[in-house]
Amino acid sequence: MELKDKLVSSFLAFEENLDPNENLDTLRNEAIKNFETLGFPGKKDEDWKYTSLNSVLKHDYSVFPKKEDAIEYRDIKKYLIHDIDTYDLVFIDGIYSSHLSQTTHDKIDVCLMSAALNKDKYSAVIENYYNKVAPKTSLNSLNTAFAREGAFIHIHKNTQADKPIQIINFATGNESALMLQPRNLVVVDENSHVQIIERHQSLTDHPVLTNSVTEIFADKRAIIDYYKIQNDKSSASLIDNTFINQKGESNVSVHTFSFGGKLTRNNLHFYQNGERIDSTMKGVTIIEDKQHVDHNTLVHHIEPNCESHQNYKGIFDDKAVGVFNGKVVVEKEAQKTNAYQSNNNILANDKATINSKPQLEIFADDVRCSHGCTIGQLDEEALFYLQSRGIPRKEARGLLMYAFANNVLESVKIPEVKKRINKLIAGKLGVELGFNL
Amino acid sequence: MLKVKNLHASIEDKEILKGINLEINPGEVHAIMGPNGSGKSTLSSVIAGREEYEMTKGEMMFEGEDLNELDPEERAHKGVFLSFQYPVEIPGVSVTNFIKTAINAQRKAHGKPDMPANDMLKMIREKSEMLEIDRKFLSRSLNEGFSGGEKKRNEIFQMAMLEPKLSILDETDSGLDIDALKIVANGVNKLRSEDNAVLLITHYQRLLDYIVPDFVHVLVDGKIVKSGGKELAYELEERGYDWVKQETV
Repeated sequence: MELKDKLVSSFLAFEENLDPNENLDTLRNEAIKNFETLGFPGKKDEDWKYTSLNSVLKHDYSVFPKKEDAIEYRDIKKYLIHDIDTYDLVFIDGIYSSHLSQTTHDKIDVCLMSAALNKDKYSAVIENYYNKVAPKTSLNSLNTAFAREGAFIHIHKNTQADKPIQIINFATGNESALMLQPRNLVVVDENSHVQIIERHQSLTDHPVLTNSVTEIFADKRAIIDYYKIQNDKSSASLIDNTFINQKGESNVSVHTFSFGGKLTRNNLHFYQNGERIDSTMKGVTIIEDKQHVDHNTLVHHIEPNCESHQNYKGIFDDKAVGVFNGKVVVEKEAQKTNAYQSNNNILANDKATINSKPQLEIFADDVRCSHGCTIGQLDEEALFYLQSRGIPRKEARGLLMYAFANNVLESVKIPEVKKRINKLIAGKLGVELGFNL
Repeated sequence: MLKVKNLHASIEDKEILKGINLEINPGEVHAIMGPNGSGKSTLSSVIAGREEYEMTKGEMMFEGEDLNELDPEERAHKGVFLSFQYPVEIPGVSVTNFIKTAINAQRKAHGKPDMPANDMLKMIREKSEMLEIDRKFLSRSLNEGFSGGEKKRNEIFQMAMLEPKLSILDETDSGLDIDALKIVANGVNKLRSEDNAVLLITHYQRLLDYIVPDFVHVLVDGKIVKSGGKELAYELEERGYDWVKQETV
């Protein structure tokens, strides 16, 4: 049976097991119908021209994972940013792990989605925000139909979250192939601030497919810094769907670090509903073997006097494939928009591929929009320069690539995250860690 | 130290060097002068190991070892240093970190541990003061946005830090105003010793007023056509390269 049919037919059984207090029946039913109509995206779909899901959809995924308790903190410590104090939301095979997590309801709500969906206390927030910014694509609908767990984060008005929040989804080896549908909701009220780190990590060599949906709402003057660390095993694939709705004068940045995994697709949309909004999306992709990373971004400039900044860098070795599809829409009303986009790539091997496609749709006349895309190899003259100073060619290559990727890290605001990413990049490129830029 | 015998070298099958003989001993300063296109920079590139150039004939020995067998980094480890005519801009790598990486790479090649951070800092301070380099300059990205003079001064700073046996200065005087030229020349002179040697590659005699060579060689069309003492440089300045060309016909 094809995966699509299996998912659709599993839905009835899934529905019967849901908490009766949950109020998403209609939503789930609509969503599964939508998914049934649309099916998984294929190559005919313009947005999926360069990324085929065929190789990840062929597995017989289990949709109902068993409960897994056997994981101890020492097994997962290395995947956490553990040198600072954080709130942690840890999920194992899609199920919340209370003994590995640290939640709070003190001034801010950092807790699990299943609790938020079933308790009256949160019903207003759920009603106002849940599934309100995610477009009704087949993958979002699939998630909406099956999602039961994830992070629920609500930062109340005039509050600064006292420490960063980590959301970590682990997959274990108990199922031969596992499909996960995490669902996160982040609501940040006026004048509030939060920093979030998200990671998906497989602990098994069995295939894992994660189809994650995160909705983020930034109210007026809210500040949100979101960091995605994607360094998964080569048996794990991730479709990350993140949608951000911003109100006036809010500032949201999303950094995506893609260093591993079999196939990674990032759908990242920003919708600017207000004036003087700042949206930043940055990414560093460093992959090899037959890995595939696809960044599909959208910034929708709807009102005047807003800015967006996009900077994605990629280094592709072996037969790795990269895709960058960055769309910027500037509506007629969105005068005085400043929109910047750059995508720079290094092909470290002549069998590696990058497909870069900027798309600008500008309907306003008084705007400043720029985009640039480069694809190149390492500069031989620069390599010779480094070698002539005694730096071996292999290290010289690493150093040049490291320097190339490095400036994306400048805007990372949590020093420990910056340090960790630095370490990951240095490790990927074989650069000695003594080299601190 | 360096013995070059009947050196022929080509780039893309075009022969540029057509039989160079040159011997440099410790403590000596040699200058190679010649008109544009005579092969001066090719000679420095071949000695330093630039890949595009192919040595087709002859011999190039450095302290008894065949340089042609070595990668550019291995030549650096032996003590060969090239000050680039056009230093490369490397955004994202600061001058300090670059030099630290280079020094420790060379130490590693000699089986030594990394230089202790304090020693490194002390050395950086000394050498940058000698070349009148502003400390702020050291935290900037390597050569990025540097003026021509700053780039050349930075090359000599690297030379001072790496303490090579043979320093090849390729057109180090070009792009320098007279004050910068004096500082650079002064730096090079301070680094001279009985154990190291300098090969100056230049088009003009001007640099040789400040770094006085023991030997001057005139390179024309891939061959050394005349060698002499420092007075040869003055004669060239006065009479031009045509004079040597005519004499050799």
